[in-house]
Amino acid sequence: MGDTPSTLLRNWITRQAPPPAADWFDGQIDKLLGDPAQKTFDIAFGMAPRKLGKDDLVLSAEDLAAADAARSGWNPAQWSIDVAARVCFLIALSKDPSQPFAARFKDLHRTADLGELLALFSGLSLYAAPETLVDLAAGGLRTNIKAEFEAVAHRNPFPAEQFAINPWNNMVLKALFVGVLLEPIQGLDERANPELARILSDYAHERWAADRLVSPELWRCIGPFAGDEYLDDFRRVVAHGKPTEKKAVALALTTAPPSAGKDELCAALSAYAEMIASGALTWRAIADEMLDNSLAITRKLNFEVEMTR
Amino acid sequence: MMFIDSHAHMLSRTTDDYEAMAAAGVVAVIEPAFWLGQPRTHVASYSDYLSSIVGFERFRAGQFGIRHYCTIGLNSKEANNEELAEAVMEILPRFALKEGVVAIGEIGYDDQTELEDKYFRLQIDLAMELDLPVMIHTPHRDKKRGTSRSMDVCEEHGIAPSKVIVDHNNEETVRECLDRGFWAGFSIYPSTKMGTERMVDILKQYGPERIIVDSACDWGISEPLAVAKTAKLAAQKGVDQEAIRLVCYQNALDAYGQSGQMKEEDWLNPPAIDQRTVYEGNSILRGQREPVVETPKSRRTMDDLIIE
Repeated sequence: MGDTPSTLLRNWITRQAPPPAADWFDGQIDKLLGDPAQKTFDIAFGMAPRKLGKDDLVLSAEDLAAADAARSGWNPAQWSIDVAARVCFLIALSKDPSQPFAARFKDLHRTADLGELLALFSGLSLYAAPETLVDLAAGGLRTNIKAEFEAVAHRNPFPAEQFAINPWNNMVLKALFVGVLLEPIQGLDERANPELARILSDYAHERWAADRLVSPELWRCIGPFAGDEYLDDFRRVVAHGKPTEKKAVALALTTAPPSAGKDELCAALSAYAEMIASGALTWRAIADEMLDNSLAITRKLNFEVEMTR
Repeated sequence: MMFIDSHAHMLSRTTDDYEAMAAAGVVAVIEPAFWLGQPRTHVASYSDYLSSIVGFERFRAGQFGIRHYCTIGLNSKEANNEELAEAVMEILPRFALKEGVVAIGEIGYDDQTELEDKYFRLQIDLAMELDLPVMIHTPHRDKKRGTSRSMDVCEEHGIAPSKVIVDHNNEETVRECLDRGFWAGFSIYPSTKMGTERMVDILKQYGPERIIVDSACDWGISEPLAVAKTAKLAAQKGVDQEAIRLVCYQNALDAYGQSGQMKEEDWLNPPAIDQRTVYEGNSILRGQREPVVETPKSRRTMDDLIIE
């Protein structure tokens, strides 16, 4: 116990990498902790995938529990070994008092390749002075590269902890807009707010006007504010939606304030009550239904296909 | 058949081109750093350009099932702006070690000025320091002498010819290039460089060893399917399949693979992280359709315009 994210990463990397690569990695970390010169860092950061490869980091359930214990919310389940090594180097760099880390982050971001972008953003919650990185993280969400967006938004405690309401709401809306799942975003329920509910309801109406489908996950952020204003949206899904959409509305209703309208809708969706009570129907289950199994490795959303079946 | 287009300025090409290339069997492209049709006047715009070819363009290609690599360098035209050139030289080492950088290039001569010579030499030294291959752009004007001179300089600096790809060859330069042990690239860019028919004649005369066919497609009138079309014409004219495979695929892989940054597994068996993030997989490799050389039906004709 008492492991820091940095020591955990170091252990995971050195136990997985073959000896010459593991030795190289250890050597770079020691060098960097001794003298965090830009050139020392650039070499370590640049060479990581060449030395260590890009295999997925192999983590057990205990490892993931240790990650969460070391830094609440930290979830490296989908990290690759090069991302892990680069984040480890970045943590070391963020301890260097000679230059603000945000400036170094900005400089690295300016010339980063794809793998480096993923590392910079995946580690956001682990660097010193996270509050100085908020604008840079929000910048990462302006990308057209889904993987970069997900590095900020998914399995990362940083947005829920650091984003003010506007960047938070923008992140959730853009996730829906670009076809990225909401479920891996941490703090969705805690950060629900009436402004976001309004934005998402407007977005759903736009999609319907264009005869396009609406992600079932959207209703999760509207649930807590589903008074009369939004219950008509729910009614529309109950009348015309596919099974996955109806399940999502049934789940969203569990957080809605009491009303006669809510009771009517719950009665109409009573088929799902048992699944919700038993814990079989969750937002994770909804997300799984949206993922095409055959494409699971690429995490492609098969939502539109699923919905039109 | 799988193809590699080892010289393609994809930044200037449309999504239609990517679709057509993937459908024709192109599994990988190499985007050499070059000029953009007009000179850059600030190092920052050069830096952002290099960022694009190691970042977004690589991602964009992956969406069409094509693996994207690049070369990093200061081109000969912009080497003549000394202030810019000095600043670019400072940022090159940082970009040269990015993922997917398979060479220093395209470098060499344009007007064969002193400044061009200076930065060509400095970049050969950089390539040797970083153990990267070199891609040479041979000049359009005074080509024969410029090509010989480029190889002279390489020998003078001690880089192995097997690590140097001399591109934009023609009938007048190929013999010397092959005799001296360099890789000989041919850009099928009919108006200024080389045509498909001529290319097939060269293959018949010289055989496939160390010859690489590319398109050099860019912002000008050029043909992103040039490699596939050359392969098709060569087959029709009786060049054997193995020779075609070498010049349209394997030789490029062998030459640029010396960087350690380009492997067949990248498209045949990509790492899980890449499949989750940057590479959609190639429809031909997934066996969904037969490779075709023709451009898929043009979307620009009104005949089959679909009103959605």
